[in-house]
Amino acid sequence: MSLETEGYVRKTLIPPAPPPRRLGGPLAWVRTNLFPDLANGLVTLAILASLAWLVPEALRFLVLDAVWTGTSGEACRPEVVGHPVGACWAFIGEKINYLAYGSYPAAERWRPNLFFALLGLGVAWMLWLDAPKRAWGAAYLFLVFPVLAYALLAGMPALGLASVATGLWGGLLVTVVVSMVGIVASLPLGILLALGRRSDWPVVRYACIGFIEFWRGVPLITVLFMANVMLPLFLPGDLTVDRLVRPLVGIALFASAYMAEVVRGGLQAIPPGQMRAALALGLTPLQATRAVVLPQALKIVVPGIVNTLIGLFKDTTLVSIVGIADFIRVLEAARADPRWSAPAVPVTAYAFAALFYFAVCFSMARYAGFIERRLAAGDAR
Amino acid sequence: MPDPRSTPRWRALVVQAVLVLALAALAYLAAANAAQKLARQGIVAGFGFLGRAAGFDIGQSLMPYAAATATYFDAFLVGLLNTLLVSVLAIVLSTALGFAIGIARRAENLLVRAFAAAYVEVFRNLPLLLQLLVWYVAVRVALPAPDDPAAWGQAVFLSQRGLFLPRPDFSGFAALVPLACAAGLFATGLLIRASRRAVALGQKPVPVLWPGALLVLGPPALAWAGLALAGHPVPVAYPARGPFDIEGGLPVRPEFAALLIGLSTYSAAFIAEIVRSGLDSVGRGQREAAAALSLSGAQALRLVVLPQAMRVIVPPLTSQYLNTTKNSSLAVLIGYPDLVHVFMGTVLNQTNQAVEVVTLTMCVYLSLSLATALLMNRYNARVAGARR
Repeated sequence: MSLETEGYVRKTLIPPAPPPRRLGGPLAWVRTNLFPDLANGLVTLAILASLAWLVPEALRFLVLDAVWTGTSGEACRPEVVGHPVGACWAFIGEKINYLAYGSYPAAERWRPNLFFALLGLGVAWMLWLDAPKRAWGAAYLFLVFPVLAYALLAGMPALGLASVATGLWGGLLVTVVVSMVGIVASLPLGILLALGRRSDWPVVRYACIGFIEFWRGVPLITVLFMANVMLPLFLPGDLTVDRLVRPLVGIALFASAYMAEVVRGGLQAIPPGQMRAALALGLTPLQATRAVVLPQALKIVVPGIVNTLIGLFKDTTLVSIVGIADFIRVLEAARADPRWSAPAVPVTAYAFAALFYFAVCFSMARYAGFIERRLAAGDAR
Repeated sequence: MPDPRSTPRWRALVVQAVLVLALAALAYLAAANAAQKLARQGIVAGFGFLGRAAGFDIGQSLMPYAAATATYFDAFLVGLLNTLLVSVLAIVLSTALGFAIGIARRAENLLVRAFAAAYVEVFRNLPLLLQLLVWYVAVRVALPAPDDPAAWGQAVFLSQRGLFLPRPDFSGFAALVPLACAAGLFATGLLIRASRRAVALGQKPVPVLWPGALLVLGPPALAWAGLALAGHPVPVAYPARGPFDIEGGLPVRPEFAALLIGLSTYSAAFIAEIVRSGLDSVGRGQREAAAALSLSGAQALRLVVLPQAMRVIVPPLTSQYLNTTKNSSLAVLIGYPDLVHVFMGTVLNQTNQAVEVVTLTMCVYLSLSLATALLMNRYNARVAGARR
């Protein structure tokens, strides 16, 4: 060692470094999550400020300044009430029957109620994965229930149920009927189309591809217009189609194309070895598809199916454009009532619709997420 | 060796032949019924009606359109252009907003994450139709009444009838201005290529952003000033207060604004989810390696994470763009004159040519879908090809 290297050796101790910043505790949590640096801190403050404005404002509108009772728009005018007015829930309260049933005769409203209850039973049976006899549930929902529902809602004079013209149906009832028809028709049709798309027979394959890509390529509105003006043209003689049935046909075909693509995703995810193993066991291709491939494929696409159903439920609002009295159209009609003309009424109507659709779609989305996690947990084992 | 259990060849052929016959019979029956009913209503089949005079006015048009002289085909073109305009703008805006929100869902800041998640859940779980209704009412309430418009220097007016901007007329000598802009765009394209090549050769990238902005904006401004100095100023039509409403200029209607805002914010929620799943697909080691190379968070995102995430993002993004285009047909609800509103609405009601109108409209959407799918597939092939 020469003298030059000696200079590199320190003669005194360096002062001790400060202890590391705390990594635990609430303060450290706030620092890492809310104020990691200056820009983030500013953003945090901005969001907090807007929350401080938004939350009291929403609370004021929805609850504190809301008008809960009243018989006309007068009750929801600030100059009459004497203080700023939030939501006019009195309006919703008076129109709630109209929003739920449309113009369905008041004396027969037990029929839509029973329809909702029967539907709830079937849906709960299908959604509850550990429910007993789910095959029976599927048979009920897809075969028995549609017939029952039709007899119940449209009426069956032979059974003493007076017939109710579909023009009188409206509101939530129509929204649910349109969604139900979409679901009940699109699942079986979609499965058939998905299988057909993977068929070895070119005619079947190309027919299915053409069908699926056609419906997926056009907007639903054009489909509804088409069903409205062209369906009656295509039918023989003087056969007419009910005004409610026309969009139903359009929606069923449209939804089945989307469903087919979801199911196809599931079919592609099943390894080909499953099919070969089933054939090796002596099953025919049809048996192998039905008993081995399809059950596995359908299981993994449940989240996709639920997401398609959310889209379908949102899309049913489009029937209001072709003159069907669904929830949105009935709501628009209700808010145009001159007796209820007040500035707060349209806002209340839209807020109510938004809360309703959000509640339904958000819970369906949560359900899909739950299934996804459950499937993932099953795979992780 | 043929599998003894598989369906015999002849049976497959017979089944398929029967299917073809059944489909053909169905199509023939439908066509025959339609022809019979149309003949009874006295409607002449065929696209001849497109040449007839339309005789109705359209609120917004990108091409010269006058109710007195226009044909149904002109109305079709106006509607198509309006659909394309709002779709393209909505796609651009929703991509920007969607990427921002998707990235925000994986931000460090807890509140930013929560805000982005709330945005996605709210906008995704409400029907677009309801959102458009709300936006339309909100836009109209927020704007001043038509008889008392807000004005800026007698050149720009804003009221419930819309935003009225000065309209420059780029014909004759003035065509130099858009030409200069196009030349600037072309030069920027060359610059981007040069930058890519430099990176591929391991050199420093050529700066693109500022020179590009200068190239695109500078020449048109120079052309504008030069034309004014040379005695051929670009003619500009200013809006002015008329007896009932503001007249002239370039109107941007509230229907258009509501549709554009509604469509963009709705699609952005879906794009945000696509971007988030793309970011999640990139292993966290990539981010850590980028940090170890002393890249900042933004640099790591832009140079390391996003390029890899694009492989996952592009295919669903394609179908989202198609959805945006198809969703623009909801314009009919708030009265924006898009293809469906003009053609399937007004023209169909006036002419009763149901089959032709529906066929033509659907063909437009189908070809738009096909064109977008082809373009995006090519891009996708390029992005996926860079797999290592």
